[in-house]
Amino acid sequence: MNLTIREALLAFRRAPLLSALSVTTIAFSLFVVGLFGLVAVNLQDALRGVAERVEIVAYLLPGTPIESITLAEKDIEAFPEVQSAVYVSEDSALARARAELVEFRDVLQELERNPLPASIEVRLKPRFRDAEHVNDVAERLRGFGFVDDVRFGRDWVEKLDRLRQIAAAVGLVVGAAFAVVAIIIIGTTIRMAVLQRSREIAIMRLVGATNDFIRRPFLLQGAIKGMLGGLVAVGLSYAAYSLINRWLIQAAFFSHAQALAIVGFGTLIGLFGSAASVGRHLRRV
Amino acid sequence: MIKFTNVFKAFPKGGLALKDVSFHIAKGEFVFLTGHSGAGKSTVLKLVYADEPVTSGEVRVSGFNVAELRPRDVPMLRRRLGIVFQDFRLLEDRTAEENVAFALEVTGARRSSLPARVMRVLTQVGLAAKGQAYPRELSGGEQQRVAIARALVNEPSVLLADEPTGNLDERATRGVFQLLRDINASGTAVVMATHDLDLVRQAPYRVIELQEGALVYDSSVDEPRDQAATP
Repeated sequence: MNLTIREALLAFRRAPLLSALSVTTIAFSLFVVGLFGLVAVNLQDALRGVAERVEIVAYLLPGTPIESITLAEKDIEAFPEVQSAVYVSEDSALARARAELVEFRDVLQELERNPLPASIEVRLKPRFRDAEHVNDVAERLRGFGFVDDVRFGRDWVEKLDRLRQIAAAVGLVVGAAFAVVAIIIIGTTIRMAVLQRSREIAIMRLVGATNDFIRRPFLLQGAIKGMLGGLVAVGLSYAAYSLINRWLIQAAFFSHAQALAIVGFGTLIGLFGSAASVGRHLRRV
Repeated sequence: MIKFTNVFKAFPKGGLALKDVSFHIAKGEFVFLTGHSGAGKSTVLKLVYADEPVTSGEVRVSGFNVAELRPRDVPMLRRRLGIVFQDFRLLEDRTAEENVAFALEVTGARRSSLPARVMRVLTQVGLAAKGQAYPRELSGGEQQRVAIARALVNEPSVLLADEPTGNLDERATRGVFQLLRDINASGTAVVMATHDLDLVRQAPYRVIELQEGALVYDSSVDEPRDQAATP
């Protein structure tokens, strides 16, 4: 077996307690980051769910010929922002109202004439569901001669926009803060591992080991610890997610790529933390 | 082999550890470095193996100009030297064999060549039977023998020994000293720092004496004297 790998693995056997402590510390640091990530993922999901309901309704003048409507429907669907445009006739509008507004069923039953206008309901593609694009599309819909009025929750869309921006900013700041704390804690545990072996490092240098030779097992060891910590963190996050899902609210878990990113992040922190600690140690002695 | 020319060494906090020290040690020589504690013996050795920077003057060791050595070349210098200390400096969690093999491994020696080379030096220091023992299972004298085996395994041209018998009882001291003499007899230069004058008197080797950082006596240059001035 390669000497670097052997020395790195040997370190786990020689100092099992310190190694376990390092892995645990990395795991819990990343777990905190992971929990925050879970909140972020679920918040994003929730916001996306809300955004899906962003809809623009163009009410049509009574008596608009169906040919014009069908043609307009095609035109609107061809807008780059538009995902779908659906024609709702007067009759189906009434039927829907009867089904949805149960309290008013009696009133609706007794109507002699259908008071509801026909409409085209426009749904935008996900990336265009913000205030600017919604306004823009609404404006274009108003351009059709037979469109009486265009409605959408303007305030509501703008609020959603702001909410999204705030969530992104908070996510970035808090996530970065947690990551920095994790890096500091992990760096400290790796520093302990280096100090614990400072005698060994001194002897290695006396017998003519190059700095690279001394560094390599530490880097590998750091990366392994980081990876193990990352795996444990994902496991802990999954346990937390299961509990929340079962007792509190329906939540989503990380995608495979996101889980892999946490493990990768742990590995990188372990690697760079070791590089920094060993580098500093080698420069000082 | 080892040549000091007008070497000064300043302490980091001021004052001089070595003052204008010059000497030349030839290939295959055995030299005692004597003097009180703090006279500068260890400093001379540290300059030889580039553990401390030279303040001024020239230090040449096996073709290396130590004062101008780049940090990355220091390991190459050390592979040409064997170094032994009073406190042995063995790795406690490795067997005698592993301690010796370690010095070979760091130089990138082929793994297949290790066992034979390790066994050869352990035999040379008389510990062939104790290769599997950990340092804590060995006596002081035996631990120092392991350290000497580790110093020899890279076949150095010079063996530096800093108070190698300082922690040993009389019997072990005699054994280790005899081992160093044998090593010297087979062609390796030995520089041994010691304040054990009984040992110095036992053998007809060259003596370099330091006092407060200055070289005050060199038996290869100065008149012989019955007894060194230091206790």
